[in-house]
Amino acid sequence: MENRDSETIVCRCEDVTREMILACIADGYETLDEIKRVTRAGMGPCQGRTCRQLIAAELSRHYGVSMEEVLMTTFRPPAKPISLGVLADAYASENG
Amino acid sequence: MVIVGGGIIGCSVAFELAKRGRRDVLVIEQGYLTSGATGRCGAGIRQQWGSVLNAALAVESTQIFENLEEHTGYEGDCGLNQGGYLLVAYTQKEWEQFQRNLDVQHSVGVDSYAVDLEGIKGIVPHINTDGMLGACFCAKDGHADPFHCTYAYARGAQRMGVDIETYTQVLGFEVDGGRISSVKTDKGNVGANVVLNCAGNRAAQMAALVGDELPIAPERHQILITEPVAHIMSPMVMSFHRHFYVQQTPHGSVIMGIGDPSEPVGCNVRSSWQFLEHCAWLVTQTLPAFRNLRVVRQWAGSYDMSPDRNPIISEAGGAEGFFTIAGFSGHGFMVAPRTAILVANHLTGLEDSLDIKRFSASRYKEGELLLEPSVV
Repeated sequence: MENRDSETIVCRCEDVTREMILACIADGYETLDEIKRVTRAGMGPCQGRTCRQLIAAELSRHYGVSMEEVLMTTFRPPAKPISLGVLADAYASENG
Repeated sequence: MVIVGGGIIGCSVAFELAKRGRRDVLVIEQGYLTSGATGRCGAGIRQQWGSVLNAALAVESTQIFENLEEHTGYEGDCGLNQGGYLLVAYTQKEWEQFQRNLDVQHSVGVDSYAVDLEGIKGIVPHINTDGMLGACFCAKDGHADPFHCTYAYARGAQRMGVDIETYTQVLGFEVDGGRISSVKTDKGNVGANVVLNCAGNRAAQMAALVGDELPIAPERHQILITEPVAHIMSPMVMSFHRHFYVQQTPHGSVIMGIGDPSEPVGCNVRSSWQFLEHCAWLVTQTLPAFRNLRVVRQWAGSYDMSPDRNPIISEAGGAEGFFTIAGFSGHGFMVAPRTAILVANHLTGLEDSLDIKRFSASRYKEGELLLEPSVV
């Protein structure tokens, strides 16, 4: 079958392909946290809701561990993007 | 030789030691490389300091950052971006301090200068100058990618024979006849006649294991980042009086943080909604154009605070060969390249133009503090 890794997008927010993820793993990176920091996968507005599982699956396959054993990255707030203006106005109204 | 801590300090010191022929080095990291403060830092590189020592360290470190890929033989991109630092003054006292700082900076070759309100607008057209007296600017300040910089040093060190063990916990040390002899880890013991404690906010904990008491305390600092947008701001904008810093990264996202004088000592690195609101309010007062930007992520890290907010580079009294290199108080990343050279020169018996003794913890007893007027 034709190799489509270079055009298979794993992280849609940051345009990270499967090829880039596999290159990281081949390079010796062992965890989701490292791959996130090196490629930006999972740092976009959706906070890794799609790519986290896909990268975890690649790590699980490569290192021969179960999906449960792949360490998850910290889920960071806010859950959905929220504008600085809304937050600033909330601060102003709470602090007079 | 064992280095405890795989952040920018531990990895850069390992690299500079290997370059000077010390290749029997093992770096022990409890998580992955950069999993402590380095990977959470604001990534700024600033040369506009108020003390000669800090300015000198920062100038020479910046020169290394400018060629870090070549310096370490790294194939990746360390992400250096020199958009400058614009330090804005909101009080007369601050403005006068800035003039004195410029003299200090010029004495070590920092290309910094003062600008008036019109000059500020020339650098950041959409800034709100209400309440400002002026600003200082250095175009060669900027930021770099802390992950890639750390990996650049780590990969370079490994190529020269340095070993790195991640996900390994240091449990204790053995001292034999007043000299460090081994390191106990959760994966077994390692013999070592020199140990470098580069454990950041846990450095005091590590030092206590050999009976050395160090005044380094962890302090949480929070930070947030927005969605990426078209480029509208080149420099880092920073205020000491209002305790904030904000910068647009080359990626387009805007990163910002505030210092909270009421933050208690502790290892807490959780995020708070109070920070989110306070930071948004504070920064949009000065940069109202950012009101429509959406925050996508917030996180926190830990500064390793020392009493005079400057690093401690010291050998333990009761355990010869045990050195602590920590207490950088929030500016370790930007001075790491030159600090690593200073430490490596000292440990390999080479001369250095900077005096490492100035960083000794004994300065707190002798009253020779390294006072620095310019920190957030």
